[in-house]
Amino acid sequence: MIEVKNLKKSFGDNLIWQNVNFSIAEGETLAIIGRSGCGKSVLVKHLNALMYPDEGEVLIEGQNIFDLEYVALRKMRQRFGVLFQGSALFDSINTFENVAFPLRYFTEKSEEEIESLVMEGLDMVNLANTAQKNTAELSGGMRRRVALARATVLRPDFLIYDEPTSGLDPQTSDEINDLIKSFARNLNITSIVVTHDIHSVLEVAESIVFLEGQELCWKGTVDEMRASNNKRLLDFITASEYKIKTN
Amino acid sequence: MNALEKLGQYALLLYKALRSSYDIKIYKNNLVNELVKIGYESLPIVLLTGVFTGAVMTLQTAYQLDIAYVPRSIIGAIVSESILIELAAVITSLVLAGKVGARIATELGTMKVSEQVDALESMGFNSVAFLVVPRVLAGLIMFPVLYIIASIAGVGGGLIAGVVSGALPASEFMLGAREFFFPWDVLFGLLKAFVFGFVITSVSCYKGYYATGGAEGVGTSTTQATVLSCVYVLLADFVLAAVIL
Repeated sequence: MIEVKNLKKSFGDNLIWQNVNFSIAEGETLAIIGRSGCGKSVLVKHLNALMYPDEGEVLIEGQNIFDLEYVALRKMRQRFGVLFQGSALFDSINTFENVAFPLRYFTEKSEEEIESLVMEGLDMVNLANTAQKNTAELSGGMRRRVALARATVLRPDFLIYDEPTSGLDPQTSDEINDLIKSFARNLNITSIVVTHDIHSVLEVAESIVFLEGQELCWKGTVDEMRASNNKRLLDFITASEYKIKTN
Repeated sequence: MNALEKLGQYALLLYKALRSSYDIKIYKNNLVNELVKIGYESLPIVLLTGVFTGAVMTLQTAYQLDIAYVPRSIIGAIVSESILIELAAVITSLVLAGKVGARIATELGTMKVSEQVDALESMGFNSVAFLVVPRVLAGLIMFPVLYIIASIAGVGGGLIAGVVSGALPASEFMLGAREFFFPWDVLFGLLKAFVFGFVITSVSCYKGYYATGGAEGVGTSTTQATVLSCVYVLLADFVLAAVIL
């Protein structure tokens, strides 16, 4: 379980958000939504301490990760998989080696075992045929899927998706959404999805956190969102031209 | 961020690198790659720089010492002494500040702005151990080796230029070079190369590791890494000469 308590972050004099409180249960899929620049990506970077807050705590099973020493923190981070906005694949090595990367450094597995796990991972994202390709040869959607295979190859407890469908066509977005659901269901991974794509939210999320006006403006389940009269939330949803109420 | 804060950030990066240097498993592959890139791949430019420095030095010294009562062997002494004590280390390092420094800053800067450094950290990697330690270590190891190669190339280039131009025969060049050879000069040159290797790789790693702002930011970091490396090499050269000689 992840608990976020009284989190506050600013860059210099620029306050990003404050009083952010929410929790994520084991196996749950939570979506963090909000306008561009509201600090969604900054918020998720606090969940595995890639960034540190001005105030507040992030508790992973009761342990505040900001109190951890660097070695313990690195162990904790290994429980997370992260799909970055730009995929963040290592461009000096090919697709196979990108997925094999964490296995080579954090496990004692043999070459045969690594090959089997990598091919299984690439197969899960339907990219087994691209194993020997240079990552620069892959399309945006394929790069996201390779990054997803890399993020899940160590079977993490938590998976963070930072804008997983941004810049992708609707069909590829649906494929990514299906993968998010499949990983959550089949691997029992607790998922945190940062997005401004309401369609994705309705597809994958069980609960939602809405950031607006430098604070956590609203939180609840998908059904509660459908029934909500929160004006700022409704403005955000209607601006996405998705008629949620008519669904 | 003011200059003092930047100095603190640089010192902190070096401290992290020092603390991470025991973690050999993390960076051994990268260290081998960097030894090849900094050492082997720099050989052509180092040889070229060394040969031409020695050759030009010989021709200009012969032109300036074209006086009847000065023995010609003094040209070999001046050229070899200048190369061993100063030129092989400094000119090679200034050239490598462009080649090695720019490459390191660009590589790390691109990894930083494309979130590859964050990806490493999020996997539980110590990104400083993985990226900074092998580059700085490879610089410390390879710059002295390149200094020796540049010295040999420089003396060889000077000797050939002397013979081909007719300024002095090879035997006289070598006589002067031997007479004024002091092992301490080579030790001092090696020390300089060691320090310059550290300055160039650490400054470039710092500039790349903390790059921000996309392609333009990487460009700015690379330019700063190259210019600052050159400036600090000259500054370190002066300090070493003033303190040690």
